[in-house]
Amino acid sequence: MSKCKVAILGSGNIGTDLMYKIERSNELELTIVAGIDPNSENLRIAKERGYLTSTKSVDGLLEYSDEFDMVFDATSAKVHKYHSDKLTAIGKQVVDLTPAAIGPYVVPPVNLDQLKDELNVNLVTCGGQATIPMIHAIHRVSPVAYAEIVATISSNSAGPGTRANIDEFTQTTAKAIEVVGGAKKGKAIIILNPAEPPVIMRDTIHVTLEEEGKEEEILQSINDMVKEVQTYVPGYRMNTEPQMTGKNISVFIEVEGAGDFFPPYSGNLDIMTAAATQVANELAIKRRNVQEEVK
Amino acid sequence: MTKRSVEILDVTLRDGSHSMKHAFTKEQVRETAKGLDKAKVNYFEVSHGDGLGGSSLQYGLSLVDELELIEVAASVCEYSKISVLLLPGIGTKNDLNDAVKAGAKMVRVATHITEADVAKQHIELGRELGLKTVGFLMMAHMAPVEKLVEQAKLFESYGAEVVYVTDSAGALLPHEVTERITALKNELSCEIGFHGHNNLSMAMANTVAAVQAGATYIDGSLRALGAGSGNTQTEVMVAVLEKMGYNTGIDLYSIIDVANDVVAQYMPRPQEINGSSLIMGYSGVYSSFLLHTEKAAKRFGIDERDILIELGRMQAVGGQEDLIYEVAAKIAHNSSNTHTEAPIS
Repeated sequence: MSKCKVAILGSGNIGTDLMYKIERSNELELTIVAGIDPNSENLRIAKERGYLTSTKSVDGLLEYSDEFDMVFDATSAKVHKYHSDKLTAIGKQVVDLTPAAIGPYVVPPVNLDQLKDELNVNLVTCGGQATIPMIHAIHRVSPVAYAEIVATISSNSAGPGTRANIDEFTQTTAKAIEVVGGAKKGKAIIILNPAEPPVIMRDTIHVTLEEEGKEEEILQSINDMVKEVQTYVPGYRMNTEPQMTGKNISVFIEVEGAGDFFPPYSGNLDIMTAAATQVANELAIKRRNVQEEVK
Repeated sequence: MTKRSVEILDVTLRDGSHSMKHAFTKEQVRETAKGLDKAKVNYFEVSHGDGLGGSSLQYGLSLVDELELIEVAASVCEYSKISVLLLPGIGTKNDLNDAVKAGAKMVRVATHITEADVAKQHIELGRELGLKTVGFLMMAHMAPVEKLVEQAKLFESYGAEVVYVTDSAGALLPHEVTERITALKNELSCEIGFHGHNNLSMAMANTVAAVQAGATYIDGSLRALGAGSGNTQTEVMVAVLEKMGYNTGIDLYSIIDVANDVVAQYMPRPQEINGSSLIMGYSGVYSSFLLHTEKAAKRFGIDERDILIELGRMQAVGGQEDLIYEVAAKIAHNSSNTHTEAPIS
């Protein structure tokens, strides 16, 4: 049984953290990492660990197109479409970690099982990955009229891409709250906190139900979902009991990262790379099944 | 008319939104706007307390959509221009475009004191739209002067025409205001502004210090209606600055009239300094946390001040209202399990 060969596009922190997560995967085999910065410390690390590297971004990957079937794009929303067009044109699958969202949104515990053979899938945002499972957990018990999430992350863990395009975070997250979470209307807020020592990512999910009631079932569903997210992000937990008042529910989450490449407080980055790896694993299994059928 | 030497910007219809629990009516906004216009206030602000898009379960839902309130205010003004507040991360460029359609002529883009770079796109959009564009550095007490200068320079480089030192927690003392405004006057070429809160009864003293150090934009609110203990009181500021020899261009009787005949009639309680708002200034907590803290303290039967001190210790920043409930829950939990639970970490 051979692993699916994958490439990472983007030699920033997300790309590097992904490298460590892919190394632990039973389904994926990393072959090449491409960036743009010849002085990138992260490209140096990749080379040291035995991977092919390139500083020619997507064109660099295309030079080695036999070396991979799937690409993680950890660059930025602005250039993602350009990358994706070039890669999908030659049949490569793309897992998009930018908020570009040209492919369908995937939040593993909510809709991973609905994946087919999409050439491009999108990971929403860190705030989306941390909160949409909770919205879905509530919605599957009692329909959600409105859901609003507040993600607070350490300033240190917000890279230049996030900072330059902060509206993309709020808009993409809000839309995915509706499309994936099931809420009729969604809203997202992001707050950067520069405290030292750095704060662990916190997410608050405020929900308004269409109808009151089913409190115990909702609570059970939330607790089940926390456990499910913990299977790929062990540091995902509730900070305090959910607050339930009439139709309104607030859930308070903390996301501590695995500490692969990022410090543990950057749960926002960790949950993205962990979710992306989950998605890629699933796509790889589907790919293999298709290939076996063909044989 | 001679050129104004100090521009007083009134924030009653924005900062006051916190005290009003975001329930301004069109009638209240219309009458206040008329009064401000009559008094010849150049700019006044209309938005949800947390800026455009702030209407939320997190901060409080607006009773009336802020775009409608902006429209109402703009419709009765012959002289005054409407400003809006925008906090990137809460509001978006789309919200700003909508506000401009509703009648806004100024945007103030606000970030935490260390996070100016998230505002680049919004400041650039403000300039593109031909708005008077202002950068607003909040919680100015939380960073050293060098950091303030660095971040203010970023705002200026994006195109901000005025950069504000914003004392969101009402925590600064006059000598600290002097130091900050002086540093910005020396290092930047754009105009400098100051926005105060009265949690330590320093709002007017800080305003005077700011103006003397060279600030040319100063915020105030009528009857001090604003978050925490409220802002520098606009009508008093007009009198004080005139006495000091500054030209504010504002008619004193008219501004006193709108404060007392309009705003005082609808404000839910006087903007006094109580135990909790004092502690906000003392421990450096964002002023709009006040009413949320009151509610959480009541729910858990604990002392508001304990919550505020803990939030200050945790270095909470503006917008983290969700932390209040959590901190309150933990304090309540710990005080009922003092033998088994570790202190809040």
